[in-house]
Amino acid sequence: MLISALLIGLTRALVGAAPRWMGSVPTAAQRIYFANHSSHIDTLALWSALPRALRRRTRPVAAADYWNADPVRRCIAVRGLNAVFIERQRSEATKDPLAPLAEALDAGDSLILFPEGTRNLQALPAPFKAGLFHLAERFPDVELVPVYLENLHRCMPKGSVFPVPLICTVRFGAPLARIAGETRADFLERARRAVTELA
Amino acid sequence: MSAQDTFNGLMGGIVAVLLLSSLVGWTLARRAGSESARAVVDNLNARIKAWWVMVGVFAVAFVLGRTATLLMFALISWCALREFMTLTPTRPGDHRALSVSFFIVLPLQYALIADQWYALFSILIPVYGFLLLPSLSVLAQDTEHFLERAAKIQWGVMLTIYCISHVPALLLLDIPGYEGRNALLLFYLLLVVQLSDVLQYVFGKLFGRRKVAPAVSPSKTVEGLIGGALSATAIGAAMWWITPFTPAQAAAMSAVIVAMGFLGGLVLSAVKRSLGAKDWGSMIHGHGGMMDRMDSVSFAAPVFFHVTRYFFT
Repeated sequence: MLISALLIGLTRALVGAAPRWMGSVPTAAQRIYFANHSSHIDTLALWSALPRALRRRTRPVAAADYWNADPVRRCIAVRGLNAVFIERQRSEATKDPLAPLAEALDAGDSLILFPEGTRNLQALPAPFKAGLFHLAERFPDVELVPVYLENLHRCMPKGSVFPVPLICTVRFGAPLARIAGETRADFLERARRAVTELA
Repeated sequence: MSAQDTFNGLMGGIVAVLLLSSLVGWTLARRAGSESARAVVDNLNARIKAWWVMVGVFAVAFVLGRTATLLMFALISWCALREFMTLTPTRPGDHRALSVSFFIVLPLQYALIADQWYALFSILIPVYGFLLLPSLSVLAQDTEHFLERAAKIQWGVMLTIYCISHVPALLLLDIPGYEGRNALLLFYLLLVVQLSDVLQYVFGKLFGRRKVAPAVSPSKTVEGLIGGALSATAIGAAMWWITPFTPAQAAAMSAVIVAMGFLGGLVLSAVKRSLGAKDWGSMIHGHGGMMDRMDSVSFAAPVFFHVTRYFFT
């Protein structure tokens, strides 16, 4: 709890991370928040923008190869953010990389996901990876909420050590409608557009 | 009267004025009939509420002393710089220069003032910042809009750090016969600038007809400017007893503060518009952002500092 409070305080002091609920309202409904990804502060910013009650049931998805790599990062990810780790490089062909995410959703938690899979230098998101599509298929009742993180690509772009503390807003859009029989490519493009439209 | 007694008296006066404004605002809110009248009154009340908070913060900083005052202005600079750079389009190549502005230039400028090192704090940003910040950006080898980017960063740093830091810099002036009372001079500057802003707003709302510069700032009117400037100068002259100035000198100083404050509001409004924004931010409810409140201060402070330093030390 102390680590979480510290992280949230630091995030707010540096980048503000004020929420703008543009198409949805903060409710207890189970959700996958998916957002554009451009900096290491993204997860913290989105998480800090959620009301406290929702934050308790919302777990960010973090790349294991980065956030599980040393004790400090692990402490931030696990104790501070209650993160779910995902393996970006699949070690065994049989293992399902989405299994830890599905487990969290089965337990009733919401997730924060960055479907680009890696940080992007641009203001607008790159094409999405398929994980969001598979989770959407397996959990048809979970709301898919697009989120646009403004300015964070300027705050701490890939490769920088020190942040620039600009004011960042976190924009929550309307949940993505489900279209029966939509192809994977169409769905992912529509999801990406939903984030882009909030920019 | 000791500086502390004078300060307490002034604070009492300001609290009385704010109480009266709150009462008037409350009465107006109960009476407001039409939609547009309600909007004006709501904005007025939001502004009055924000004034209470701002006066409270300033009073606490003054009571706590010099270090607290410096820290408070460092924080104001921080918020203002953040607003400025958020609205300014920069490129990844500027990242280092921006980081250095926030984490090195800003603390260094205020540390130099705390250290009373006049010769360095007065040239840190105009000379060293001017030369070294673009030198940091050039390392990224991105020549696209390089001059514009360097100029915008320099402008932001000058306005939000350098200019605003001249308010607490008043504390380090050695004015013969005024020892230990410099905090009152700082108070005087802020009082005249803010009164001028408020009175221009009030006179403009009451009598405003002809606009001064409609393309830059639709709310500034000739009537508001004349009424606000004259009344703020008159009040500034009447407050001569808290300053090292004679009444005539205080009137001249107030006129300088009011004129620079007006120009600051106008110039920064044009800057804001050229960046495509209406307000600098949203941190002070009813007023917009920190820079919306500090725009006139940032222009008035360095000139007031240097005129006082030249003629009175």
